[in-house]
Amino acid sequence: MALLQISEPGMSAAPHQHKLAVGIDLGTTNSLVATIRSGMSTVLQDEHGHALLPSVVRYLPNGEIAVGHEALAQQSKDPVNTIASVKRLMGRSLQDIVDRAHIPYHFVAGDDTQSMLQIETRAGLKNPVEISAEILKALKVRAEKALGGELTGAVITVPAYFDDAQRQATKDAARLAGLHVLRLLNEPTAAAVAYGLDNASEGIFVIYDLGGGTFDISILRLSKGVFEVMATNGDSALGGDDFDHRIYCWILDQVRANTQQFNPLNEEDTRLLLTKARQAKEWLTDNHEAEIVCKLSNGHLVEATLSASTFVELTQHLVIKTLSPTRKAMRDAELSIEDIDGVVLVGGATRMPQIRHAVEEYFKQEPLTNLDPDKVVALGAAIQANVLAGNRSDDDLLLLDVTPLSLGLETMGGLVEKIIPRNSTLPIARAQEFTTFKDGQTAMSIHVVQGERELVSDCRSLARFELRGIPPMAAGGARIRVTFQIDADGLLSVSAREQTNGVEANVVVKPAYGLSEDAIMTMLQSSFSAAESDKQARALREAIVDAERLIDAIEVALAKDGALLSTEEQQAIKAELQALKTLCQGQDSHAIHQASEALNHATEAFAARRMDASVKQALAGQDLNTLDL
Amino acid sequence: MMFEANNHFALLGLPVQFEIDTDTLQSNYRKIQSEVHPDKFVTASPAERLQSMQSATLANEAFQTLKHPTSRARYLLQLQGIETLEDSNTAMPADFLMMQMEWREAMEDAQLAKDITALEHLLSTMKNEAKAMQTVLADVIVNDPNTAAQIVRKLSFIDKVSADVQHIISRLED
Repeated sequence: MALLQISEPGMSAAPHQHKLAVGIDLGTTNSLVATIRSGMSTVLQDEHGHALLPSVVRYLPNGEIAVGHEALAQQSKDPVNTIASVKRLMGRSLQDIVDRAHIPYHFVAGDDTQSMLQIETRAGLKNPVEISAEILKALKVRAEKALGGELTGAVITVPAYFDDAQRQATKDAARLAGLHVLRLLNEPTAAAVAYGLDNASEGIFVIYDLGGGTFDISILRLSKGVFEVMATNGDSALGGDDFDHRIYCWILDQVRANTQQFNPLNEEDTRLLLTKARQAKEWLTDNHEAEIVCKLSNGHLVEATLSASTFVELTQHLVIKTLSPTRKAMRDAELSIEDIDGVVLVGGATRMPQIRHAVEEYFKQEPLTNLDPDKVVALGAAIQANVLAGNRSDDDLLLLDVTPLSLGLETMGGLVEKIIPRNSTLPIARAQEFTTFKDGQTAMSIHVVQGERELVSDCRSLARFELRGIPPMAAGGARIRVTFQIDADGLLSVSAREQTNGVEANVVVKPAYGLSEDAIMTMLQSSFSAAESDKQARALREAIVDAERLIDAIEVALAKDGALLSTEEQQAIKAELQALKTLCQGQDSHAIHQASEALNHATEAFAARRMDASVKQALAGQDLNTLDL
Repeated sequence: MMFEANNHFALLGLPVQFEIDTDTLQSNYRKIQSEVHPDKFVTASPAERLQSMQSATLANEAFQTLKHPTSRARYLLQLQGIETLEDSNTAMPADFLMMQMEWREAMEDAQLAKDITALEHLLSTMKNEAKAMQTVLADVIVNDPNTAAQIVRKLSFIDKVSADVQHIISRLED
């Protein structure tokens, strides 16, 4: 007897099965996972009814790993092995972390000064990517339990102002957690989607997003389901944590003023006072003063009263610091205050009254706060995930996002030559021609940087790579065309071609701060059983999942647009399809990879024709004589 | 590949001329992105994802080129086989040279005085000057491409000074 498939109300089963896709807000302080249920974007809760998962990971003495509330509860007692705010460390080297004296972890520099830092824990050395992967794994488990199946994919949000290294680190963390990333989505854009669709808004909106550790400002034009980012700016090292830190320093000053002898704090005390500082900040949202009382490990009693007005004074420079990126974004978008139809506040830190006042004063209008600032990013990401996974047939949502930082190349004298300006709509590519400056030169090195400053040393180094195998010629004879492509995730790739004889040199660009493919494979394998047979089984499973995804995609394309192919062409593709399907029944992962590539290759012309046809159709009604596609 | 045989105007469904209907440009650009954007191909085959990224990149390039008058004019001249050669051809008429010297001086004075209002004023002066040049362009781009190329070089220069002024303003505001 055939089994009937029963789906949840609102989820369509046929003709295509509803794909389980989620949106994940991987935050500095808290993380969330959301999905579309019964047509509504919903944040998923854990078994205790918590929506927010504190972004805290603790390595326990028994070898286990605790994530979330359980880890947070032990933070003061076990500060060295309990890592919070790891997002601030993503894609960063030790020398990037300026205030590390106040962070109670045992930092270890990476292999060289440029590479990603590590943290010494009782479970060994851990890098920020591995620690973030633990948070993502916990959210994955939560989602799969709630949805009753394996996830097809996830949209993971990142601050709009994240650079290439930080984005790559986030994508690597998802891969370590076993998540298929559908897209990295900028947090303010996600918030705009949730807000815009919820309120059916049209016009120009500002998203002011102050999170735990990052600040973003994005200006978007919303029109008929199109969300077009006009400009974005921000500070990827400014957030609610910095407000906590100001209070923490203030408490220390109070203690010093009242004590003759003051010993440097140990890690437990540092963490304790940081926690007290955060609680005082939150209390001051609705109250005029906060009492801070706690006992340090040496028995010293700390007692202080922080008034709201002192807090405002202490943090005034931080509030002002958010307005500078705001002005820059407005300028880049060529807008004035009167053009703005609404200002949406996102991020828990925007609950602080001084932030609301500053935003209201600058934009001369009351900010919109009718969506929960902690949840709006995850809700928007879930909507996008649902669309990307193909669950929505009415394809009326289009996000046009931009690159937040200019991309440049190092030229003579350590100067930067910009090749892709900030706020360019993605995806974007630029080609640059280079030539040799010595006779017989066969290699040259290229240094890619990201940032707005004129000097290379003031920008972030993304990659240095060498072009080799240039045919020896007289100086200036060789013509090397290097293409820089930034994709829809905001990630850079580079390819190079020698023009005179067509030597192609594909360059894999890994950010200077990123992890190598080998390092990721090692981490992947160590997190699973090391047995050889298990590795093979895993490789086979991955190959089959990828192959099935490909088969599915091509069958859908054939069913829809098979008419664009001749009978022979159809048969050729179908033969490759069948070959791959047969191999998927077997055990040879290598053969499956090869057959997948062959099938993909066989459909390249078909892909181009489909694109042609859809563009033609989209512009139908226009004067078709001007179209010569 | 489909887009190769085309020019940006044909791709965006516009007649090949300097004066364009910006609403049509905007709406056709969105129609095309709705079809080719990588978000529409997340679950597609690698061949289609590559095709999508190339097409979306080209649509962005075409839109940006046609949106700004200076790049639109430069592109129209390129279609006629005329390169504007901003980097090598720096010869300018004396009156324009005088004007640009005045702008540079005004910029430096305002920078020293940290006078953002004066910088804003300079920006709008240059904008008006650029607008006046653009009205001439529509005509000469067909009939007198060499004069048109000269105007494009002037406009490029104004764009460059404007960018410098913008940069100074954002520095002063920090």
